[in-house]
Amino acid sequence: MIIKSKNKLAGSLSILALGLSLTACGGGTKETTTTKTPTEGETQESSASITVPFENTVALTGAGASFPAPLYQNWFVALNQKVPKLQVNYQSVGSGAGVEQFTAGTVDFGASDTAMKDEEIAKVSKGALMLPVTAGSIVFAYNLPGVEGLKLSRETYVDIALGKITKWNDPKIVADNPDLTLPDKPITFVHRSDGSGTTGVFTKHLSAISEDWKTKVGEGKTVQWGPDGGKFLGGKGNEGVTATIMQNEGAIGYVEYGYAKNNKLHMAAIQNKAGQFIPPTDEAASETLANVELPENLRAFITDPEGETSYPIVTYSWILAFPKYDDPNKAIAVEAMIQYALTEGQKSAPALGYVPLPATVVEKVAAVADQITPDFTINVN
Amino acid sequence: MTQSDSSNTDNLMTGGRSPLEKTLDNGFKWLTFAFALSIGLILISVAIIIAVGAFPAIKQFNFGFFTNSNWNPVTDEYGVIAVVYGTIVSSLIALIIAIPLGVGAAVFLSEDFIPDQIRTVLVFLVELLAAIPSVVYGLWGIFVLIPITTVFGTWLHGNFGWFPLFSSEPAGPGMLPAGIVLSIMVLPIIIAISRDSLASLPPDLRQASLGLGATRWETIFRVLIPAAISGIMGGVMLALGRAMGETMAATMIIGNSNRLSISILDPANTIASLIANQFAEASGLQISALMYAGLVLMLLTLIVNILAEYIVNQVKAKYE
Repeated sequence: MIIKSKNKLAGSLSILALGLSLTACGGGTKETTTTKTPTEGETQESSASITVPFENTVALTGAGASFPAPLYQNWFVALNQKVPKLQVNYQSVGSGAGVEQFTAGTVDFGASDTAMKDEEIAKVSKGALMLPVTAGSIVFAYNLPGVEGLKLSRETYVDIALGKITKWNDPKIVADNPDLTLPDKPITFVHRSDGSGTTGVFTKHLSAISEDWKTKVGEGKTVQWGPDGGKFLGGKGNEGVTATIMQNEGAIGYVEYGYAKNNKLHMAAIQNKAGQFIPPTDEAASETLANVELPENLRAFITDPEGETSYPIVTYSWILAFPKYDDPNKAIAVEAMIQYALTEGQKSAPALGYVPLPATVVEKVAAVADQITPDFTINVN
Repeated sequence: MTQSDSSNTDNLMTGGRSPLEKTLDNGFKWLTFAFALSIGLILISVAIIIAVGAFPAIKQFNFGFFTNSNWNPVTDEYGVIAVVYGTIVSSLIALIIAIPLGVGAAVFLSEDFIPDQIRTVLVFLVELLAAIPSVVYGLWGIFVLIPITTVFGTWLHGNFGWFPLFSSEPAGPGMLPAGIVLSIMVLPIIIAISRDSLASLPPDLRQASLGLGATRWETIFRVLIPAAISGIMGGVMLALGRAMGETMAATMIIGNSNRLSISILDPANTIASLIANQFAEASGLQISALMYAGLVLMLLTLIVNILAEYIVNQVKAKYE
């Protein structure tokens, strides 16, 4: 009897250990959190309820950007629990492929990190609505044991990304950080090896602030790195870049805020347009969004934001929807999905490393999305 | 029971076959013919589709594609010299390590040095090596191999830095660790095929050689290996094909840098890894250039196979 209970204890202990090690393995990347749904309490305390008049299950398919995919998947699972008759499938195939499938009409909605250009919209016969539903910031994460609170001025981080500054104790970095002791180590710059919206946003910002960058590298989802020498490594996906930074002492690279935060990487405070050094935080990114006026079509590229406390590299991520749907149920489903995204969806954003939208933006997006169908009214309050 | 038995023996005795059997036989022949043909058709259709996709890039860059070291989607300027170099050199490193190791292991496993039971276990382990997914090799490379090669590479650079292949300080991921991981990945192919071709040699060969007074050493190196060379080379060629086409492990370890650098301690890139990385978000001429790069990879494999065939024939002619 005693032996038996001991065995049981050992068994449950080993299961616990297995569970712990599994979470430890997965804790690094956001992917693992995608299947997790918000806790029951969170679901129940919502005020804005969603009622849909569906008799049968309505399924929406979407495809696009990989950057907001963990958040979207989280949303859509939670939405399905709340409204069982509404199913949303999202495939993270990349912004480019998302826009392509949306244009071809093979999906009910698309998603993109870089909003569609006018000529791209012209190709969509049904027209397109661009609805910013979340935002993210891109940070400089670095691996330099013993060095915390690194500050990088605009000129310095451009020069590091160009490969002009190759040592950590370069006079320019030392000038930005008079209180830090910086080692005489080579800098390895880590970038994305796959084409990505993250690279697109990052290079767009650098092109906006540096003429040198604009002529030598330019902006795009994939660029040619290292025009001025230096050491460059490519990592596949945000998780690849994060792993490469963690593995190599002396490495610095750009990743989405959520990845750096979850993996407890050191992040550099970077100088904004107003000349202030801003460490990447949820508040600083929200500040940035609040300082950007969204135009009528909800398309705003934040290349170099104004504001004393704005973090410089922040981007919206858009859901692309059709202005009209042939199937009235699908139209209602899309509006219901947007309502969820704008209300409860915003609450789950910070935990996954995304920036919640300012209230003014939420209202603007709701007003635009509400035009899809008169049968459903988006209520964001 | 007895009746059908007797009718069967009847058929065998007279050699006569029912029309049904004949149709079946013929049908089987045609079926296998269709299978064989479909393999060729698949290959040709793949090649055609890639060539059609690559056409805009071929028209634009022509042979300049092979000498240009830029890969710049911003300015739409593409060239493959850097990734071709990376593909060839990483595969060569893999082969340089894997051939002696693999053929050596195959010789050991086909001789009677150890009891059968132990040998079976070893053979099984080799086969298990082939079943490990490449992403696991990649992770192993990142966490185990790269720290080791970084130390080793720093030593190489410190002592032999004058030699072009070691002319840069290691940055962690790079050509050398990628080559080593590839070598482990291709080992089971070389071992399995070499062992099979050594084991299937007629025993008379060995007996004759020993009977003439040759030592075991001489028998292995002057009789058995030359006799089995076409099988061994076949294994090496399959291994090379695997090494050149490997994507996941390569992309995790090689550093994905499209810059041309002679040093094997620098990060590099391979054709397969470049395509896997960039295809999803590519557009316009970039897709076409990636297709062109794929075509170059197919071409490289073809050249390697022709070379191998030639070498095998040369060796055979010498020993026949």
